[in-house]
Amino acid sequence: MQILKWIQFVLGIGMLLAGMYIFALQVFGVFKFKYVLNRMHSAAMGDTLGIGISLVGLMILSGWNFVTLKMGLVIVFLWCASPVSSHLISRLEATTNPYLDKYCSVGEEMKEHLEKENEENEKVGEEDE
Amino acid sequence: MSRKISEEQYKRNLSVRFKKWISGETDPYLGNMEITPKKEYAPDEKILRKHMADQTRIISRTYDMEHNRVYRFFNWFYRKAAFLCCIVLIAILILTVSYLPKTTDPGSPGNNEVAERYITQGMQETGAVNAVTGMILTYRAFDTFGETNVLFVATCCVMILLMLEEGTKKKAEDENDARYEPKKDVILQTIAGVLCPIIFIFGIYVILNGHLSPGGGFSGGAIMGAGMILYVSAFGFKKTQKFFNEEVYKVAKISALCVYGLIGSYYYITGANGIENHIPLGIPGHILSSGIILPINIAVGLEVACTMYAFYALFRKGGL
Repeated sequence: MQILKWIQFVLGIGMLLAGMYIFALQVFGVFKFKYVLNRMHSAAMGDTLGIGISLVGLMILSGWNFVTLKMGLVIVFLWCASPVSSHLISRLEATTNPYLDKYCSVGEEMKEHLEKENEENEKVGEEDE
Repeated sequence: MSRKISEEQYKRNLSVRFKKWISGETDPYLGNMEITPKKEYAPDEKILRKHMADQTRIISRTYDMEHNRVYRFFNWFYRKAAFLCCIVLIAILILTVSYLPKTTDPGSPGNNEVAERYITQGMQETGAVNAVTGMILTYRAFDTFGETNVLFVATCCVMILLMLEEGTKKKAEDENDARYEPKKDVILQTIAGVLCPIIFIFGIYVILNGHLSPGGGFSGGAIMGAGMILYVSAFGFKKTQKFFNEEVYKVAKISALCVYGLIGSYYYITGANGIENHIPLGIPGHILSSGIILPINIAVGLEVACTMYAFYALFRKGGL
């Protein structure tokens, strides 16, 4: 029994430390990178992987009870919500920035799609004015 | 006896001309004054270039770190002063903390009969298992009523400032709201379809269970408002207006405030005059218990949810 408790403790703490390491990488990346999409990449990494690993560590530490189930639900919720929010921010940047291929390589199909969306947006804007 | 004049004479009359000028029918200067046609504005290249050169010269001179001594001193002083201000603020805060009474000190002012009464007799007197909700919605119901009114007045003020009247501007806003936002984003719509019902159910659970577990009207209402904002940003205003438009908003908001006011005033009047009130407390731990807390929680939850959503909608397109 004692050994099991030790394994639980070590695993939980290890997971938590790994999560903290990923959070540190996220903060470093957000301040280090210059371009929005690069920053979004590192921010989204912390929001999903970092928080997921940390919560799994906490679940292991808390043992087999109701709180663990709640934390599992929190993981499901966060893994649904935070990738979508980072996807939306990145998509806004991709649709509104006309000089996107200055910063990264864009495929031909993607380029056409973005141009179409941009034209639609501009049309709406002209009508507004 | 007034004499008759012809229509032309009448039109030349001063008062008639003045009246026409006031109502904007005629312009007295038009046709009577010499007007020189204006030239179209053409910027002079030479002057513009000189102006730009001056501007850059001024900027480069003022921000010249090596030669401008005043700027160099300011830069040095600014950093030092910012550092000093931070240190002084931290020192003041830490000093204040050290003067606070200790947690185990029996003579500290926080350790009085009010808290003791809340803890020992709160459950018998309010019927709520969650002591915090029992405290803020019965002992301090008047204070919470003020907070709910603040929310109501805040939305009224935002509506006065940002609400668009019926007309072309509102129509334009309605048509091309979300100009730069992703339209019909499949990822967002799928996730919103999964998450929105869960968020709504969780918000209702938090409101209805406010007297039994941590939560209550304010937190539950905020969750429901956030769920509605997610729904709007995924599916647009047209779908949301099917179940939540301006009429529903008005009815929900005003009736919630009135219900709170009625229940609360009955409670205050009976309590202040020492009259027995006839609201049953029920058995602590049941969902239908604890007297006025459950209806007031529902009213506050509606109020907060409406406020959250109304703020979002008004700031985004100027209407619900």
